[in-house]
Amino acid sequence: MAQPDRLLLFGNEAVAHAARNAGVALGTGYPGTPSTEILETFSDLGGKAQWAPNEKVALEVALGASFCGARTLVTMKHVGVNVAADPLFTAAYTGVEGALVLVSADDPGMHSSQNEQDNRYYAVAAGIPMLEPADAQEAYDFTNSAIEISEKWKIPVMLRMTTRVCHSKSVVRPRWLFPPLDPPRYQRNIRERVMIPAYARPAHRRLRAKLAEIEAYSNACACHREYEGSTELGIVTSGVTFLHVREAAPDASILKLGCTHPVPIERIRKFAAKVKRCVVIEEGEPYLATFLRAAGIAVEPKPDMYRFGELNVDRVRRILAGDTSPEPSLPPGKLPELCKGCPYRPVYDILHRLDCIVAGDIGCYTLGVLPPYEAMDTCVCMGASITVGLGMRHVLPPDQARRVVSVIGDSTFVHTGLPGIAEMVYNPPPTGHVVVVLDNGTTAMTGQQEHPGTGRTLDHKPTNQVKIEEVARALGVSRVHVADPTRDPQAFEKLLVDCLNSNELCFVVARHYCILAAPSIREFERRAKQEFDYQCVPGGVEKDGE
Amino acid sequence: MANDVTNVVIAGLGGQGIIRASDILADAAFYSGFDVKKSEIHGMSQRGGSVSSDVRFGKKVWSPMIPMGEADFLVLCDRSQREVFWPYLKEGGVLISVDDIPSDKLPHSKTLNTALLGVLSTYLPISLEAWERAITLRLGGKLFEANRQAFDIGRSLISQATK
Ligand code: SF4
Repeated sequence: MAQPDRLLLFGNEAVAHAARNAGVALGTGYPGTPSTEILETFSDLGGKAQWAPNEKVALEVALGASFCGARTLVTMKHVGVNVAADPLFTAAYTGVEGALVLVSADDPGMHSSQNEQDNRYYAVAAGIPMLEPADAQEAYDFTNSAIEISEKWKIPVMLRMTTRVCHSKSVVRPRWLFPPLDPPRYQRNIRERVMIPAYARPAHRRLRAKLAEIEAYSNACACHREYEGSTELGIVTSGVTFLHVREAAPDASILKLGCTHPVPIERIRKFAAKVKRCVVIEEGEPYLATFLRAAGIAVEPKPDMYRFGELNVDRVRRILAGDTSPEPSLPPGKLPELCKGCPYRPVYDILHRLDCIVAGDIGCYTLGVLPPYEAMDTCVCMGASITVGLGMRHVLPPDQARRVVSVIGDSTFVHTGLPGIAEMVYNPPPTGHVVVVLDNGTTAMTGQQEHPGTGRTLDHKPTNQVKIEEVARALGVSRVHVADPTRDPQAFEKLLVDCLNSNELCFVVARHYCILAAPSIREFERRAKQEFDYQCVPGGVEKDGE
Repeated sequence: MANDVTNVVIAGLGGQGIIRASDILADAAFYSGFDVKKSEIHGMSQRGGSVSSDVRFGKKVWSPMIPMGEADFLVLCDRSQREVFWPYLKEGGVLISVDDIPSDKLPHSKTLNTALLGVLSTYLPISLEAWERAITLRLGGKLFEANRQAFDIGRSLISQATK
């Protein structure tokens, strides 16, 4: 039976446990598969965790906390790092005081994403160290190492997870490494924290000097592991790919890298010299292979066809055999669809029937693109529905322009939809525009997380609420409506037709709870009300929705 | 080489409790002292599309994903998914499907997956005590007794198909 020192954890849970044990004072992030459970678990374990409206905000809040000497954790999925990229690059210059660990959860194979971006390049581009765990034990250990590196060199550190590390469970032996920290305190250090050009130039030099030191550390680091095997075949690998490699080639010599930026070139050079054939097996882009070949190390990259999708044991066997014949294709599975009774269904029915040109966004409602509706024409990134729709309205002939509708979810609207509304008010297209916010009272896609529009915090306690329709009014949208598309589809259709014909800027909040989330939302509201009645405070949080 | 590893694919459609069933199996194997790895996909695929979860346990497990044609067991929570996941089952592997379960005998329609685990349990080196602990942890709610019964009903059945 289980010993108390042995846990069965997902990679995400392991990061949370490590952060909690290391006394991380603040965890921030935006939910995104496969990263979401890290902060939820951290909160369950008693850590202070909060959902930010988007990833840039999350990183900046954590950066401020780390300037004051606190240990911080920021979580997001790979595309979220794009949103956070602006502060990230400068944070590498300013450095930090307490630890700042940024978790990037990459999604090779795009199980739940719009691209398969390899965020190892962000570590290089921003100039920050990066660790790549292979399983939950390493997710735990490397979180500790990341905190250590961040504090030692006063630099943000990226912990790059991938889907199969985040969402695979394995056995973890927790270790408690960190003594308690002093409480946060601000120490003024203007030259290092204010990046005007005069201060940024030396900061860039400092950053490069730190990275040189960290490269020396990485070459000697215990986070790499070498498995001695045959001298015929050596494999350089990192992350979850190592586990596939170890199973596919149990007899090969393997160098498994823990820290992949700065790349431990000398360590790899020594390893490669010991074997006749040295193959780099890595998921995604040929990041290591390119680096190593540029450094004059004779390694064999994987064939280009394995750049696409996830690796697994079968594919690693094929790479080692140099097999580039077409891969066996599995019968297609059943495509996902909007739940029966989803409040988005009638909206898509209507959009489809009205033959609208729909600029869509990221969330459950992206499924409106699939049959039976096929009622979404574009989907680029978080928040793009509003701005892409505006672009279309600007150039299309009026009869077509009047059919363009931007459709966005409530969580996404707060994430990056808001600046789009500012743009719409500032540069209105001649035919006006119609934005429909599908407000289902939750972040449904990632598993029902709260957001500023729900008026509840990460752990579902009531807080101030950002009221979506009021924000639109305040920004200067001329027509703002709230309607329930499920209760009265005909009225909703009539409203939409009116808006499309109006040549005005129209903002329609289509409000009805996600059927999966509704029971828990009602429970949260009931609990909030109880507490409220108990306190007998006048005023209170107005409830919209169902 | 992976002889000492037992590979189980649990498959069906989003919303059918695949993830919970695989959690129970992984916990039970963990309580029995094995090295365990479990892999699954969240997010978009959970909206009614095909969903599967890999559970591997043994002395030492490397990859969290079961290679094609190496699953010892395929547990199907929805018969429509047979074609999709069949290639994972190895020659001589065992298929355990909803078709094996006389659904009219179950105490509750929501206990189907537990009955499937009951069938699976007759093949695995996992103690009843470990199963019970895992089921209590994951299904400790209203349907706990019904689930326990369903598990026993499953244990009394023998699955039909092998590959
Ligand atoms: S989870 Fe909610 S929002 Fe998403 S498809 Fe189902 S009902 Fe609709």
